[in-house]
Amino acid sequence: MTLLAVERIKLFSTRSPWWCTLLALALPIGLASIIAANSNSDFPLTVSLTQTGYTFGLIVIMVLAALAITTEYRFGTIKSTFQAVPNRTAPLVAKAVVVTLLAGVVGEAAAFGALGISKLIKPDVALTLSSSTEWRNVAGVGLVYACGALLALGVGMLIRQTAGAVSILLVWALLAENLVTLIPKIGVKIQAWLPFHVADHFLNGGEPTPRGRDGGPAAVVYHLSPWGSLLYFAGVSLAVLIIGIVVTNKRDA
Amino acid sequence: MIEAVGLTKHYGKTVAVDNLSFTVRPGQVTGFLGPNGAGKSTTMRMILGLDNPTGGQVLIDGKRYRQLHRPLRTVGALLDAKWVHPNRSARSHLRWMARSNGIADRRVDEVLELVGLTAVAKRNAGGFSLGMSQRLGIAAALLGDPSVLLFDEPVNGLDPEGILWIRNFMHRLAAEGRTVLVSSHLLSEMAQTAQELVVIGRGKLISQSSTAEFIEQASENTVRVRSPQVDLLRAALLGDGATVTDDGVDGALVVHGMEPAAIGELAAARGVTLHELSPQRGSLEEAFMQLTKESVEYHAHGDEVPVQDLPV
Repeated sequence: MTLLAVERIKLFSTRSPWWCTLLALALPIGLASIIAANSNSDFPLTVSLTQTGYTFGLIVIMVLAALAITTEYRFGTIKSTFQAVPNRTAPLVAKAVVVTLLAGVVGEAAAFGALGISKLIKPDVALTLSSSTEWRNVAGVGLVYACGALLALGVGMLIRQTAGAVSILLVWALLAENLVTLIPKIGVKIQAWLPFHVADHFLNGGEPTPRGRDGGPAAVVYHLSPWGSLLYFAGVSLAVLIIGIVVTNKRDA
Repeated sequence: MIEAVGLTKHYGKTVAVDNLSFTVRPGQVTGFLGPNGAGKSTTMRMILGLDNPTGGQVLIDGKRYRQLHRPLRTVGALLDAKWVHPNRSARSHLRWMARSNGIADRRVDEVLELVGLTAVAKRNAGGFSLGMSQRLGIAAALLGDPSVLLFDEPVNGLDPEGILWIRNFMHRLAAEGRTVLVSSHLLSEMAQTAQELVVIGRGKLISQSSTAEFIEQASENTVRVRSPQVDLLRAALLGDGATVTDDGVDGALVVHGMEPAAIGELAAARGVTLHELSPQRGSLEEAFMQLTKESVEYHAHGDEVPVQDLPV
């Protein structure tokens, strides 16, 4: 418990987490309002469409999570941390809990904020959460943010440098997973198991991909159910985090 | 009490610390002395459990650092004053450390007062001068009112006032019965701060002794004598096995390998009048160089450059 308080003090006593939080809310909500304002009968507004911007917020949240650990290395406070609590696993887990909780809350706020602002802009369109799919579309965003934060923390622990960790996360999430399609035949099959694609399947699965995230001719066929997809994404993230913690325990601080 | 036994640290093929054993006792300031790159900081990081030793171990009051419960209450350390987040206030920095070891926020204000940073407690640590950062680091070290304190090069880059402040502070901490280990690469600084010296070079222990003893054994002691009967005195000294060189300034002799008392007695026995008989203490830096010259990692070869003949 005390360690949670410690990590909370650390996180909120510097400015960058506040800015990241603000940005992670503003980007999805802003994009939702632009989409809502431009929707019409040819391009009808749906619940899932209001969540288009979740990727932007996810990226910002992952940057926040990576920074939470890499700045400790950058400024040497990780040494003070391990000096204060020599059992390194404890403060790292505490940090993961605090950052993940924040990510989850921001995700939910961003998702419902995006839905809310769309309703305000287009009061005539029925944007109600009537099906479980629609609930997942919106409420699932917080869960994806939380898992993304775990993954970013793990990468941060392994890489220890802000620039390195952030570029790996950006290239992985935005570039590498999409470029895999370029491999003939098996590209699409591999893609069905890539974490960020699977996370997207959790949010939007069960209906034809409305955003054409892949853009290629062959559609990705996912093998997991939407909730199975979330478990998969969470599992991958947790695995990276655990590797990060194990490696940190072995290394010199 | 800190006990290092056979402490060894390899980084790849580089041996940073080599089978190092020493003891740091409470109630006095112990200087940890060695040239740059001798392994002082590495040893301090191993004492704090930050680096894992390749071999050997170091115990604090009989326990490894990682076995300590709420370690900040036992060991306080200032290894690098810049280990603070530049955008976090001094008070927040101390507050999270205090919280992690169950130390009350009241103590944070106490140590800030103690090091004279109360007025700037809410300012971001990134804007601190080196002297202020050093004080913040000391405040952090004192948070848990620890019985063991480690300081790595605490006076580096400080102005004379700051140096004096830190020196007095350490004496006070030791006088309170705490174990204080201070590293430095300057013997002259250590001579004024430490009562005991652990000297290392290239990761190996060179000596552990009291500061006075170290200077005694390390520096060559000579005696300066002046006499109106110089030649008679010189002959007598040489006859007794001493080495004599001319000082050259005012006809004085510098005697090696004979105590002042023996020289005085010899002169009296031969009826030689002495105008001066003064023991010469070798300088501290000479003593230090003498002992560590074999073990300096990075030599400067500047003084070996041959003097070139000028074209005629």
